[in-house]
Amino acid sequence: METFSYVKAPSIDKALASASQGKFIAGGTTLVDLMKLSVETPKTLVDINLLPLDKIETLPTGGLRIGAMVRNSDLAWNADVQKSYAVLSEALLSGASPQLRNMATTGGNLLQRTRCAYFREPGAGTPGGYGCNKRTPGTGCAALEGFNRTHAVLGTSEHCIATHPSDMCVAMAALEAIIHVEGPKGKRTIAFADFHKLPGDTPHIENALEPGELITYVDLPKPVEGAKSTYLKLRDRASYEFALASAAVVARVEGGHIRYIRVAMGGVGTKPWRSHEAESALMGKPANAATFKAAAEAALAKAKPQKDNAFKVELARRCLVRSLKTATA
Amino acid sequence: MADTLDPHLKHLLPRSPQKTKEGLAPDQQSVDLEALTENSSKRGFSRRSFLSGLGAAGVLAGAAPLAAAAPAMEPSNQDQPETAGTGNVTLRINGKDYPLRNLDPRATLLDTLRERIHLTGTKKGCDHGQCGACTVHVNGRRVNSCLSFALMHEGDEITTIEGLGQPGNLHPMQAAFVEHDGYQCGYCTSGQIMSAVALLKEPIGQSDDEVKQAMSGNICRCGAYTNILTAVKQVRSRA
Repeated sequence: METFSYVKAPSIDKALASASQGKFIAGGTTLVDLMKLSVETPKTLVDINLLPLDKIETLPTGGLRIGAMVRNSDLAWNADVQKSYAVLSEALLSGASPQLRNMATTGGNLLQRTRCAYFREPGAGTPGGYGCNKRTPGTGCAALEGFNRTHAVLGTSEHCIATHPSDMCVAMAALEAIIHVEGPKGKRTIAFADFHKLPGDTPHIENALEPGELITYVDLPKPVEGAKSTYLKLRDRASYEFALASAAVVARVEGGHIRYIRVAMGGVGTKPWRSHEAESALMGKPANAATFKAAAEAALAKAKPQKDNAFKVELARRCLVRSLKTATA
Repeated sequence: MADTLDPHLKHLLPRSPQKTKEGLAPDQQSVDLEALTENSSKRGFSRRSFLSGLGAAGVLAGAAPLAAAAPAMEPSNQDQPETAGTGNVTLRINGKDYPLRNLDPRATLLDTLRERIHLTGTKKGCDHGQCGACTVHVNGRRVNSCLSFALMHEGDEITTIEGLGQPGNLHPMQAAFVEHDGYQCGYCTSGQIMSAVALLKEPIGQSDDEVKQAMSGNICRCGAYTNILTAVKQVRSRA
């Protein structure tokens, strides 16, 4: 690991002032892991654990404001979240391990990085190492010809097929969260759909943050009256493992027909995958097996399987069907 | 010492330059490789001191703990954060304060506990937050100490397995693990027990499945899971 300067920021202003020199560290569960692999080499670490961003508050609009420093476990166990945004609690509890959930933060989870084994290889993107356009643009993508069982089938490009690993983000995509950031140029908000970027020909750019910007809050809109939500995660082990395919669904059914629907998928996309295709196939339709099947076909219609991950296409379809059944039961 | 050391072991001598005692912080110890003579056992020579000596000589490959034997440098002032290289922090562990000087910022809490403070009950399994062997409590919550830097823990209350109970005065969870044979090689055991104790204060359901999920952050290569579950359930039922 490269050495670094360490500074503990006592306030948001001090954190922003130090930010130009390095990276923020909160729980460290992604950053320390990647620093040990020489994937991340910050010259300065700005510790933001003292910042007053660890509250969960109801907004006047009826929504929820989640501080960026709220730990994943606290967010998952929060009574309001469990009652009104069950998909978020389920998604969080399906991820990582209890120890990691106690350390990981809301802001950090948004910035989680891919588990692609080539990306995580210390020498990738360096001369003589595996090609990785995400590490070093222009060096190629070793996963394309390599072992790509856990890689993405949606949102890929010829430059990068790395899966986005977060469960929390899939739930937040379905909930249409809004991300608040503060930086050298002041405060702004970013719609969840715009936060994570497709790889395209710039896979090294993963999100919409400008240099020096700090995530401060994540807002959830007012819960939808009468809607049920659920998260289903499928993987090789029953726990402590990333998704092969997952589905977050928020649905309201009235008179046997779907009157409100949001669908997002994990384990299959290069970013948390909001599926407008599935939603169009479901809205207004009867909540039955035929509708769910059609929605699953629509969701994966543009899937581009690789040599080792073709199974994900059918797995993801079935995952969505099962999740829809649960949410509309 | 070099003169009496068996010739074929001379390459195990520490390669670092001569350390002066004045250069080390009060909490740092120098580790000398003792001569392997017949009198070694009488001098309190142990497997641990032998292996520590090998470590200091750089013979053991792998993740070198950066917390041990840091080169003596001017202690950095916390008000001048731009000074790279070393830092100072006071770690409060099992109710006792450990002021540490000249700590490499890269030193994880795990390596600092084991190599600097010599609390070796916490184990390094994967060093990447994937096995749970390094589980300790920070402010009462279970965390992976391998994924946190020691410098980040000023003011935190840290509990390790050593702080949970002692021989003759075991924590109920430790006693339950013994009673139900919840271990074989023992390497994951500290982490399992620390996780299980923290679990007692978490909102976990009552079913076996829920307890297993809550313990799934601790991997056991020997497969003692069944007995671990029994031990945890017993303590929960009596808590």
